[in-house]
Amino acid sequence: MQITVNGETVTTEPVTVLAYLESIGIDPRRVAVELNRDILPKAEYPATLLAEGDQIEIVQFVGGG
Amino acid sequence: MAENDKLVIAGREFNSRLMVGTGKYANYQQMVQALEASGAEIITVAVRRVNISDRNKESLLDYIDTKKYTLLPNTAGCYTAEDAIRTCRLAREAGLSDFVKLEVLGDEKTLFPDNEELLKAAAVLVKDGFTVLPYTSDDPIVCKRLEDLGCAAVMPLGAPIGSGLGIRNPFNIQIIMESVKVPVIVDAGVGTASDAAIAMELGCDGVLMNTAIAGAQNPVAMAEAMNLAVRAGRLAYLSGRIPRKLYATASSPLAGLVA
Repeated sequence: MQITVNGETVTTEPVTVLAYLESIGIDPRRVAVELNRDILPKAEYPATLLAEGDQIEIVQFVGGG
Repeated sequence: MAENDKLVIAGREFNSRLMVGTGKYANYQQMVQALEASGAEIITVAVRRVNISDRNKESLLDYIDTKKYTLLPNTAGCYTAEDAIRTCRLAREAGLSDFVKLEVLGDEKTLFPDNEELLKAAAVLVKDGFTVLPYTSDDPIVCKRLEDLGCAAVMPLGAPIGSGLGIRNPFNIQIIMESVKVPVIVDAGVGTASDAAIAMELGCDGVLMNTAIAGAQNPVAMAEAMNLAVRAGRLAYLSGRIPRKLYATASSPLAGLVA
């Protein structure tokens, strides 16, 4: 299935958000995730399944002023 | 320095009155050394999309001890209240703290704040439980409104972000300090140590800077200079300077001169 991650279309299995993050090498403690424009609390990563057409944003802290 | 001279923001106490950014350093090692030399306890960070195609890049948080530093995520690059609010919510989820440096920009050339959008965003964020530290114009009326909305501090600019022009309107900063009870932190415009000292001598509660340190030829040494300048300026403010006057007053006794 296809989902949009940070503006890019990607193909993935219908896995949980936690499994998806781990599959692309992201430490879930270091990021924040929006699922279809709503904040997804970290506690919900393991039980939230991605679905066709989902739009997710994954952000982290970077250097800034 | 007076032992009990703490900076208090939303009930939290800090020993250092210098806040520094984490952007624009040549590398993370240099940033770590500069943060250390600055003595800062509050450091700003930005919130950006993770690069999903290249995950080998090092992450900022690999280099920052979050037990030692309070992270202050910013909304840099946001031009609407909506984008700034969204960024703050993401920041809170990423960092597990409700401190945010709220900036809503009006224009790419000046990076001056859009105060209408800023006030809108501040109102929503305060209601949403955030501790809001807004970057604002050096406008006493806007600062008062931000305080009335429940912001934990106000952060007027000294000059445009990254300009190094110093404190261009010390009189406005002074009026702002007389107008609000929350801490006043000069954010942006500092170019060198004397600028930071001037802000503190005016009686500001703190100074926030990034480019003045990261852009210096020797960022680590400049961080130490800023650390000293902020402390010197604060101490001078607390000490009560002499009044300015036009003519001289001799420092040595007039009596007993060799005739």
